[in-house]
Amino acid sequence: MTAASGARATSASAAVPGSATPALAARDVSVVLSGRRILSGVDLTVGAGEVVALLGANGSGKSTLVKACLGIVPLAGGRVELFGDRQGDAPWPRIGYVPQRQAAATGVPTTALEVVRAGALSDGARRGLFGGRWRRATRDAALEALAAMDLAHAADRPVQELSGGQHQRVLIARALVRRPDLLVLDEPTTGIDLATIEAFVATIGRMRAAGTSVLVVLHETEAFAPLLDRAVVLRHGRVVHDGQLPPAHPGHGGAPGHVHEHAHPHAEPYRAEPVIGLSDVAPDAMGGEE
Amino acid sequence: MIVEILTSQLMQRALVAAVLVGAAAPVVGTFLVQRRLALLGDGIGHIALTGVAAGWLVGAVVGLTPRDVLALPGAMVAAVLGAVAIEWVRAKGRITGDVALAILFYGGIAGGVLLIQIAGGTSSNLMSYLFGSIATVSTGDLVWTAGLALLVLAVGIGLRGPLFAVSNDEDFARASGLPVQLLTSLLAALAAVTVTVAMRVVGLLLVSALMIVPVATAQAFARSFSRTMAWASGIGVVVSIAGLCLTYAYDLPPGALIVVLAIALYAIASAVAHHRRARLTAPGDDGAPPSEVDDVHLRDHDDADGEQGEACRT
Repeated sequence: MTAASGARATSASAAVPGSATPALAARDVSVVLSGRRILSGVDLTVGAGEVVALLGANGSGKSTLVKACLGIVPLAGGRVELFGDRQGDAPWPRIGYVPQRQAAATGVPTTALEVVRAGALSDGARRGLFGGRWRRATRDAALEALAAMDLAHAADRPVQELSGGQHQRVLIARALVRRPDLLVLDEPTTGIDLATIEAFVATIGRMRAAGTSVLVVLHETEAFAPLLDRAVVLRHGRVVHDGQLPPAHPGHGGAPGHVHEHAHPHAEPYRAEPVIGLSDVAPDAMGGEE
Repeated sequence: MIVEILTSQLMQRALVAAVLVGAAAPVVGTFLVQRRLALLGDGIGHIALTGVAAGWLVGAVVGLTPRDVLALPGAMVAAVLGAVAIEWVRAKGRITGDVALAILFYGGIAGGVLLIQIAGGTSSNLMSYLFGSIATVSTGDLVWTAGLALLVLAVGIGLRGPLFAVSNDEDFARASGLPVQLLTSLLAALAAVTVTVAMRVVGLLLVSALMIVPVATAQAFARSFSRTMAWASGIGVVVSIAGLCLTYAYDLPPGALIVVLAIALYAIASAVAHHRRARLTAPGDDGAPPSEVDDVHLRDHDDADGEQGEACRT
């Protein structure tokens, strides 16, 4: 994506980590869902221009934390500020969210372009565009975002016909279309082939260089490692690590219940894992809830 | 015969009502199908029956003539309240959508039958509301029907961007700062207005069919949300006109005939679409350029999802 809208320029000037209002500041966040405490007393900060990975085993509360930060699930305690504003008054057009991909899309046929344009709704309102002008502007922006995800050819195809990986890329494009200053990604690389992940990481790298802050939930940090400023590790709904990316766990690939099916089309033999393991911070984390 | 139909004043009124309702109902239905609330219209239809009876009761108490003059406003109020309540309960997560709908179904019918008896009528008074009575559409009814149908069309089409966003992915809409609760309540209210408007044409028990069946038909061949909506609306108009004209020639109940026509069209469209799909889907032919062939690639615990990878359902 080409950067450089007006909004981008202002945020880029504040891109030095720590020197400006953080893009995301969650303090003492607790979440209770159907009587179960999912998160307790979680602090999470994403500084301006920072790229932060959110790690942890399945069921540790990563997705819930992301949703709590974005107001999708209610807070039972604590507070969240986005760009210095209370969550209720957050500058939503500056925030792009890529949810974890649901099972195959169903329902009314919907083209990739239609899905991506839904991401440009609040952006159009911010720029005072409505009606026909909004439609033209969002169409171009949506096509550009799809092209960035190498999906320009699929713009007019129903997402119901797309593969899982292609659908995931449509959701990423929907978040990119408003050129967010904070990008929140929930396992964005699940089910996507390596070449596309590399392209995606390169896109994120360019956005980061332009000052975009990123919070990304990951299972494998391999592809993202060069971009990550910091890693936060959750375990049973609490933060157990906040700092440098923990070193790789040599035994990770053989962890029980952890099946890898990497068969890269252009593959060297599968490398034994420059992937983060959690044993240093959470000895039993890989043992696996679930 | 066509001239005859067009010059009959009764038929003119009925046609105008049918065209507007036929056009508006599927527009709301498209959003409902996308939200997987295809049965919401049914639940609202049942609760509207209580409203009809409540309107009678008020009319009887106040001594209005005819006694059913408040039936339509009563249905409208009950339907909107019921629809918004169901959305609210669902959003609070106190109850799942299907259980909430079930309670509306039973409560609506029971309340209607109870109240009509108390109002001094019998449940047979409710028949024309249950199954439609387009022949009894008066000029006053027509003005209401037309105005409300146009309102539904205007709101449904004018706000289709935000309404699509909440119907397509509620979480994402919330994270975009859209007023999700307001929009879902608005959609429920639109559905409620549609139900009351369509009540005279097809009847409360069949209202939902006019919202949903044309959408199901359009889904069989349309390839985008906006085209599905446009086609569904068109199909709604066509079956409404066709059903009405046929009942002019043959003595058949118009509401039921309109719904049967819609379902027949659905059957034909699905059969044709199925046949076409079977012919088109050669292995590896999903319309994507060759570079996409290797797209299936599982990064992590995703084996189950990934299986579906490129097995495209074209």
